[in-house]
Amino acid sequence: MATGIRTESEAVGLATRSTRGEVDGWRDQPVLLRLVSIALFAGIWEIAGRIPVSFAFPTFSATFTAFIGLIADGSLPLAYVSTLQPLLLGIVLSAFLGVGLGTLCGLWRTGEWLLIPVFIVLQAAPVAAFIPMVTFVYGIGMTAKTLAVMILALPVIVLNTYKAVRNVNESLVVMCRSFLGTRWQVVTQIVLPDASPVIFAGLRLGVAAGFVGVVLAELLITPTGIGDLITFHRSRADYAEMYATIASIIALSTLTLIVLQWIEVRVFRPETRGA
Amino acid sequence: MRAAVLRKEPSSMPAPIDPIVEVRGISKSYGSTEALRGIDLDFPRGKLTSLLGPSGCGKTTLLKIIAGLIKANAGSIAVDGKVVTAPGPERAFVFQDFALMPWATALRNVAFGLELRGKARAEREEIARHYIAEVGLAGFEDKYPHQLSGGMRQRVGLARALSVDADVLLLDEPFSAVDEQNRRKFQEDLIRLRSNQNKTFIFVTHSIEEAVYISDRIVLLSPRPGRVSQIIEPEIDRSGDPDLIHRDKHYLDTVQEIWQGLKQYAE
Amino acid sequence: MTLFGYRVPMMASLLVWCVLWEIVGRLDLVFLLPPLSEVLSAAVGLVQTPSWQSATVTTLRAFFTGMVLSIVIGVPLGILMGRVKIADDLLGMWVNIFSSAPLSALVPVLMILFGFGERTIVAAVFLFAIWIIVLDTRAGVRHISPSLIEMARSYGASRRALYLKIILWAALPEILAGIRLGLIRGVKGVVIGQLLVAIVGYGALFETFSRNFRMAEFWALTIILFAFALLIAELIERAEAKVEYYAGAR
Repeated sequence: MATGIRTESEAVGLATRSTRGEVDGWRDQPVLLRLVSIALFAGIWEIAGRIPVSFAFPTFSATFTAFIGLIADGSLPLAYVSTLQPLLLGIVLSAFLGVGLGTLCGLWRTGEWLLIPVFIVLQAAPVAAFIPMVTFVYGIGMTAKTLAVMILALPVIVLNTYKAVRNVNESLVVMCRSFLGTRWQVVTQIVLPDASPVIFAGLRLGVAAGFVGVVLAELLITPTGIGDLITFHRSRADYAEMYATIASIIALSTLTLIVLQWIEVRVFRPETRGA
Repeated sequence: MRAAVLRKEPSSMPAPIDPIVEVRGISKSYGSTEALRGIDLDFPRGKLTSLLGPSGCGKTTLLKIIAGLIKANAGSIAVDGKVVTAPGPERAFVFQDFALMPWATALRNVAFGLELRGKARAEREEIARHYIAEVGLAGFEDKYPHQLSGGMRQRVGLARALSVDADVLLLDEPFSAVDEQNRRKFQEDLIRLRSNQNKTFIFVTHSIEEAVYISDRIVLLSPRPGRVSQIIEPEIDRSGDPDLIHRDKHYLDTVQEIWQGLKQYAE
Repeated sequence: MTLFGYRVPMMASLLVWCVLWEIVGRLDLVFLLPPLSEVLSAAVGLVQTPSWQSATVTTLRAFFTGMVLSIVIGVPLGILMGRVKIADDLLGMWVNIFSSAPLSALVPVLMILFGFGERTIVAAVFLFAIWIIVLDTRAGVRHISPSLIEMARSYGASRRALYLKIILWAALPEILAGIRLGLIRGVKGVVIGQLLVAIVGYGALFETFSRNFRMAEFWALTIILFAFALLIAELIERAEAKVEYYAGAR
C-alpha cells in the first residue's frame, strides 16, 4: 500500500485524461447532444415532479422559478458571498501548503516517509468526521469553514504534487545534469515544469473537495451561507427554494471545474489541444 | 526470370484450379478515404497465398473482409462456393497482436474457439492439447499469456486457429510483433505446418522476404486505393532444408524483382 | 526510507505520529486532544457497549446495502456507456457532473425523500459511490483491445458470450479499481449521511460524544472508522493485485 499510492485522481472521466490516453469529458461532445441531454434531464425532472414521486419533490419549472426568486430577493447572492469567502481562502491556503509539502515530499525521502502516509490515511478516510470537532475548537465563523475546506482539499493536492514530482521524467533530469544544471536548476527548470500538469489536476480535485468541505461545514455546524439557506428552506418546507439552492451550488462547482479543466487543457496539455 | 509472373490482365491469368475463396469486386472506403477498389481474387485450395504491399494498401482490410469482420461497400466473398458476410466456422483468424485473453491459460485460450461452439470441456481440451503440442508448446498449457514470450503467444494464437479445424486460416501479419530469431523459426514451422495440415492459408505481410520464403502465391497490392497490381508464383522447392531457401537463386531473384516493383511506394 | 541500513516501511512513520500524539496529549498542548493511550483504552471500552455494537450493525448494513446497489447498477450502466455511443453521449455529462459535485448538498434532499432513517444512509452511500464505478467501468470497456472483440466475433461468439466471456473479464481491472474508489467514497457517504441525519448509527454516537465532550470516545470512534475505511481499501487492492498482471498485458 505504501509503494503504489493511489489517489482519487486516478479516477477516470473528469479526473485525469493523461494516463489512459483517451480524451473524454466535456470538450469533444457535440454541443447539440449536450443540450439534448440537459433537456432530457429537465424533462424527466419535470415529469417526476408532476406525478409527483414525493410531496417533497418539486417540478423543474417550480425549482427554476424559485431560483429566479432567490436571486431577485438577494438571499442567494448574499449566501454565496458568505460561502465563497472561506472556500476561496481555504483553496488558496491549501494550494500553497499542498504544493509546497508535496514537492518537499517528492524530493526529500525523510519528508516522504514521515508525511505521505498521513495524507494517504486522510485521503482514504472519512475526514468529514472532524468537521464538528473543528467547530468546537474554532467556533462557527470563517476559521472553522476555512479549516473544513482545507481538511478535505489538502490531502489530494499534496498527494498529486508528490506523485507528479516523484514520477518526473528521469531522462530529462539526467539531461539537465549532464549539461551541468545545479540542483536548484533541476528542480525549477525540469521537475516543476514537468510535474505542473499533474499538480494542476490535483488543484482541480482540491477545488472539488473544497466545495464538499464548505457545504458540509455549513450544513453541519455554521448557520450561514448556502448550507444555511438549504437548511432554512427545508425547515419551512419551501422545497422548490431548497432544490434551487442545492442545484445552484452543484452547478457552480461543475462550472468551476469545467473552467479549470479548460485552463488545464489550454495551458498544461498543449499536446491534446489539437485532438 | 524463373518466377512465373502473372500480370493482372484477366486474359493472362489462368484460372486457378479449384479456388476455395473467391473475392469478387470488393471495394471499401472509410469516409472519403478509399481503402480498396474493385478487388477480384481467387485463393487456390491447399495453398499459401500472401497479400503483400506497403502500408496503406488495404491488405489487412481485405483479410478482415474475407474473415467477415469488416463489411465491404461493394462486392462479395465466397468460400467453397457459398457467399459469406459474417465470420464462419470454415475460416479461422490469427491476429497481429495475438488477441489472447490475458485472464485465461494457454490451454483455455487455444480451446476458446471450441468453447464458443459449445464443445464439452474434456473434448475441447484434448483437441487443444494436441494442437499446443503441434505448434511446439507442450508443457506450457497452464501458463498465462503474460508468462509467455511474444513468439510463444503467437503460437498459442496459431494453435487456437488450428484447433477449430477450419479449412481456411487467415493470418494478419502474425510475426510482426515477434522478434527476428523467433520469426525465422516460426516461418520454418509454418512451411512444415502447411505441408502436413492440408489447409488453405491467406497470409498478410509487409515483408518481401517473408512472403517469398513461405508463399506459393504472392498477391502484390498497390496503395491508395488498394488494388491488385501483380500476382507472382515463386517456384521454390521447400521440401528440403528450409535454411537453403534463403540462398536459393529463385528466392533471391524474386525478392529483388518485387523490391524493384515496390520501391516507388517507399517514402 | 532507510534507517541504520534497514528499510523502514513507509507506513511505519504512522507510529512516529502516534508517539507524538501521545506526548502532545499528555502535555495537554492541544485542546480536546487526549493522549492516544487514553483513546485506545476508550476504544476497547467502546466496542463492548451495546450502543456501539448496534450502531455498527446499522452502519455496516446501510453501507453494504448501498454498495451492493451501486455496484449492481453502476457496472452494467458503465458497460452500457462503454459500448453504446448514444447512451454515453446522453449520460456521460451527468455522470461526470455527479462524480465531482459536492454531493453532501444533496443529503438534505435524501432526508426529506427517504426520511430520517437508514434508507437515507443507504441512498447517500449509493449516491456517493456509484458515479466513479460507472466511470471506471466505462473506461475499462473503452480500453478493451479491439482485436480481442474481433477474435471473439471471428470464432463465432454470441452476444451473450461476448459480454460474459470477453468484455466483463477484459474490463475487470478497471471495474475493480472503480469499486475500490467507490468503496472509499461510500465510507465517506455513510459518515456524511449519518453526521447530517445525526440520529442513526455512528452519527448519533458522534453527536453524543461531542455534545458531552467525551473526547476520548470521540477519537476512538474516529480511529475505528478510519481503520475500517483503510481495511476495505486494502482488501480490494489485494483483489486488484490478482488481476493486475493482465491489466498491463493487454
